[in-house]
Amino acid sequence: MKKTVWIALVLSLLAANTLFAATPGDTLVMASKLDDIITLDPAEIFEFTGAELAANMYDRLIGYDVEDAGKIFGVVAESWDISKDGRTYSFKIWDGMKFASGNKLTADDVVFSLQRVIKLNKSPAFLLTQFGFTPANMDERIVKTGDYTVKLVIDKPYAPAFFLYCLTATPGSIVDRQEALKHAENGDAGHGWLKTHSAGSGPFALTIWKPSEILILAANAQYHSKKPAMKRIIVRHVPESATQRILLEKGDIDMARNIQPDDLKGLSENPSIRIRKKVKGALYYLGLNQKNRYLKIPQVRQALKYLIDYAGMESTILSGKAVVHQAFLPGGFLGALAETPFSLDVEKAKGLLKEAGLENGFSVTMDVRNTEPSISMAVAIQASFALAGVKLEIIPGEGKQVLTKYRDRAHDIFIGRWGPDYMDPHTNADTFARNPDNSDAGQSKTMAWRNAWDIPGMTRKADAAVLEKDPATRVRMYLEMQREHQKSAPFIFMFQEIEILAERANVNGFPLGPSFDSNFYRFITK
Amino acid sequence: MIPERARPNKSALKSWLLSDAPASAFQARAGRIYSGCLDFSKNRSAVLGLSIILFLILIAILAPRIAPCDPLLTDLKNRLQPISPKHFFGTDELGRDIFSRIVFGSRLTLYVVGLVAVIAAPAGIVIGTISGYLGGAIDTLLMRITDIFLAFPKLILALALVAALGPGIENAVIAIAVTSWPAYARIARAETLTLRSCDFIHAIRLQGAGPFRIITGHIMPLCLSSLIVRVTLDMAGVILTAAGLGFLGLGAQPPSPEWGAMTSGGRAYILDYWWVITLPGSAIFVVSLAFNLLGDGLREVLDPRKGY
Amino acid sequence: MEDIIHHRRIYRTLNRAVGMAAMVGATCLGLLLATFLIGRIVPIDPVLAVVGDKASAEVYQRVRLELGLHLPLWRQFFIYVKAILSGDFGVSVLTARPVIEDIARVFPATVELAVIATLIGVFSGIPLGIFSAVRQGSLLDHLARIMGLIGYSLPIFWLGLMGLMVFYARLNLLPGPGRVDVFYENMVDPVTGFLLIDCILAGEWGIFRNALSHIILPASLLGYYSMAYLSRMTRSLMIAQLGQEYILTARVKGIAEWRVIWGHALDNCRIPLITVIAMSFGSLLEGSVLTETVFSWPGLGQYLTNSLLNADMNAVLGGTLVVGAIFLGINLFSDFLYEFLDPRAR
Repeated sequence: MKKTVWIALVLSLLAANTLFAATPGDTLVMASKLDDIITLDPAEIFEFTGAELAANMYDRLIGYDVEDAGKIFGVVAESWDISKDGRTYSFKIWDGMKFASGNKLTADDVVFSLQRVIKLNKSPAFLLTQFGFTPANMDERIVKTGDYTVKLVIDKPYAPAFFLYCLTATPGSIVDRQEALKHAENGDAGHGWLKTHSAGSGPFALTIWKPSEILILAANAQYHSKKPAMKRIIVRHVPESATQRILLEKGDIDMARNIQPDDLKGLSENPSIRIRKKVKGALYYLGLNQKNRYLKIPQVRQALKYLIDYAGMESTILSGKAVVHQAFLPGGFLGALAETPFSLDVEKAKGLLKEAGLENGFSVTMDVRNTEPSISMAVAIQASFALAGVKLEIIPGEGKQVLTKYRDRAHDIFIGRWGPDYMDPHTNADTFARNPDNSDAGQSKTMAWRNAWDIPGMTRKADAAVLEKDPATRVRMYLEMQREHQKSAPFIFMFQEIEILAERANVNGFPLGPSFDSNFYRFITK
Repeated sequence: MIPERARPNKSALKSWLLSDAPASAFQARAGRIYSGCLDFSKNRSAVLGLSIILFLILIAILAPRIAPCDPLLTDLKNRLQPISPKHFFGTDELGRDIFSRIVFGSRLTLYVVGLVAVIAAPAGIVIGTISGYLGGAIDTLLMRITDIFLAFPKLILALALVAALGPGIENAVIAIAVTSWPAYARIARAETLTLRSCDFIHAIRLQGAGPFRIITGHIMPLCLSSLIVRVTLDMAGVILTAAGLGFLGLGAQPPSPEWGAMTSGGRAYILDYWWVITLPGSAIFVVSLAFNLLGDGLREVLDPRKGY
Repeated sequence: MEDIIHHRRIYRTLNRAVGMAAMVGATCLGLLLATFLIGRIVPIDPVLAVVGDKASAEVYQRVRLELGLHLPLWRQFFIYVKAILSGDFGVSVLTARPVIEDIARVFPATVELAVIATLIGVFSGIPLGIFSAVRQGSLLDHLARIMGLIGYSLPIFWLGLMGLMVFYARLNLLPGPGRVDVFYENMVDPVTGFLLIDCILAGEWGIFRNALSHIILPASLLGYYSMAYLSRMTRSLMIAQLGQEYILTARVKGIAEWRVIWGHALDNCRIPLITVIAMSFGSLLEGSVLTETVFSWPGLGQYLTNSLLNADMNAVLGGTLVVGAIFLGINLFSDFLYEFLDPRAR
């Protein structure tokens, strides 16, 4: 009957499908997590995956060397000058570059792109507005001086690296003005359309993006430099490490981006798979709210720094995924402090707690995002805190829920991951070492503010460091701030993240940069 | 209630219980329970189900004595250890003893099941009997509300509720209870409707009993048997829903040893460390199977009219 | 006389129809109220959900006003109902697109899966139920009962993972998660959204075969649950029919046994069976939440779960509303069958 027909159909399919084809030679198939992408408009992108994609679809005025972030070079800009007063930057733009649409890239596009970031005023707009640009003054401060020359005027003579690094970030992407305006609605400068489309001059252009499902890029025939070997890049959303691993092992994909430590072991024995690692700028830290009556005691803060099994976590749950790092500037940044004075030392912690009159310990809560590795880290910290009688209650929650609480300063301890917004040290100093107004109404909701850490002195130091022009002096200032931070701050920096990439052995040339907006697909060959 | 007269001796007990012409209400009731038990004990699968549940309750009570380790104790050096005499079910990604976690997890399972039954069944029976007995506008209103809740798909309403209330085992219980009571209300109402027009209810009403006494004293007890069947059968579903919520990360939160959450945690290790996911999943299966078996058996005993 | 009866019947039918419409309206409003209230008790700052963690205070204020969060609750509800009625479910935070558009995009995948699962369930569950009813107490009857019980007791997400581990990872018999192999993605234009149909329309038989092999495992899994339910219901419906007098009459008349069973008895179960199938289809839509998560199936279930985990409340409530409305539709459909088609209910 019909049933047998059905069974026969199923069986014939089974027989037909035991062979799996390898991926085509000019297509790169990658498994990644796409669920953090909420927009593809470079004026709005503020997420890791989105930043990586934007870097492959758009060019920026300048870029930095992924191996040595200190080396800055021009991309869309051929050259630039800085005026004597340190406030005026003049850029000369390459003549002859084209967007994927075929339109020529001119000074108009550069002015339009930077101005629309300020006008749209989305989350990452501060990267430019912190230099004094406002919708009111942007026409005088971001100016076209010729068909291929542009002048930018900032409000203070900041360290040049600070401004230049900010231009290398995603909001500095140059957008095709004509294309964007063609799709503009209600004066949104094409924002609605650019959320789900691309209009750049980068090596790839967006074919389709289905949220949390798939994203496909196609090579840009107009690209100004060497054409990429891959004609198509398919990024498939695969949230689970085990699934990514098996897809990779079977050759269904060429590259897996989110392999967890435990799957790494299984993969490393496979000769047809290569594993690569790159230390990224993201830090894992604990924020101790100074509104809590225990956590505001200096000895308690220091005691907790000795109650974390840094080495134990590094070698087990974070194996290969993170490296111990205990200062607010991540390794690879200008002025980063590499010293790691803290390790699990229960006796020392007990002594410090006794000094604070808390030899019997105390109870405290910790808000944790319900994702890995945060949960595992929290459980491990819970266990090591208990060694000195500190009873830690874990409150897991969804990301935004936990963040809402953190922003309201309603937490005790918060376990977080912080990624720098640009390559200049000010990005982290700004948030961890500055708190201009500690009142509940404070407008600048830095991490220091969120943990109610009132530090007028350190705020002044951070403000001075970003204006310092001499790099060596600047490095010294940051080192000093980080040491002071380690002695007193309500932040326990624990680890710096390592990006793990697993690829089929026939895939070559994919460079991993220090941040996600410098992972370039155009160098990949197969 | 116990009559003053001398109790029958053992040999006569059976015939007293099975008498076709009971001399008192007590004898009739005792006889009914006894023959029910007889029927039930003949149903082997139901007895199996009941024994598993009793065994589970025993494990839950004795958990601290049975479990060799603290279910929350992490030991990073001994993570993902295979099955061994030291760890009967191996260890998980944080080096916790899976056997101990499953043993303690039985408490959470019973907690969820018990709490849902305690919240949803009484709510359902009260609303259903009131609605059925009083009829009229109150009936229409109550049944409309019931219909609205019934219109929602259970799991999805539970998901939306948990999303709003925040993940956690208490909220999962609330969400499941909120989605469970309407079915009970419907059953209780249907039973009430048939009972309402029965002669004996009329008789009681003529004696001057008020609606409150009739509902609580006469109708509710008679609705109980079909409700118990339904609740028992539902418990399997409740366990699966709670585990599903835990699996999605919306039920019990780490580090609590809830079986669904343990299954979810083991998902990452399915390729190399099968025991981390297989064993908690099997535990869920065994317990929900036990409730299904018991429910099936109870239905045959208590509610023979409904064939399915 | 005839006329009066006729009029009376029309009147009664009309009365019922009006009553039903009122009930549907009330239920819909209740649905809306429920989703609205759920949306208001979330401990997540809805503004933060839109603007993100690093937005400035000024952006924050602007969005707060845009969302109408400063208005009294009843006015917010009014705005909400008005928006929903005009098809505006809000914008998903996660995908930055209108929720209604998202649902329209992902829903076909879920329906495709549920349809195939229902087919599997119907073609295996109903014959199984009939056989069990005819040969009560036989080995097959017992087997069917045990399979049913197991189906009712197994966590679907766990069974799915085990299935993937065995058939994909270990035996390499079936393809892995997803609707189609990754490099076939986006090769067929989504005309209907149902991938299998789209492949046929485009004549892409290779992709069709690949897609079909991808759907086998999740559909069989859901089909198993559907089978467990359908065989149980069919069995009891058939037992009730087979005990009826007309069956005895038919048998006495000497009508062949297979015709008595497949013709007479089954014919009389038709309406309740359709209802049962519709119910099972509805519960498959719901069961897809867990299955799709396990199989990375890009349908409504996965969309809902993703949104839930990211506290994307517009999407969650929109999805809930849509599934709720479909459930309501299914209930209405079965009520309709009983009310107007079943001669006994007249």
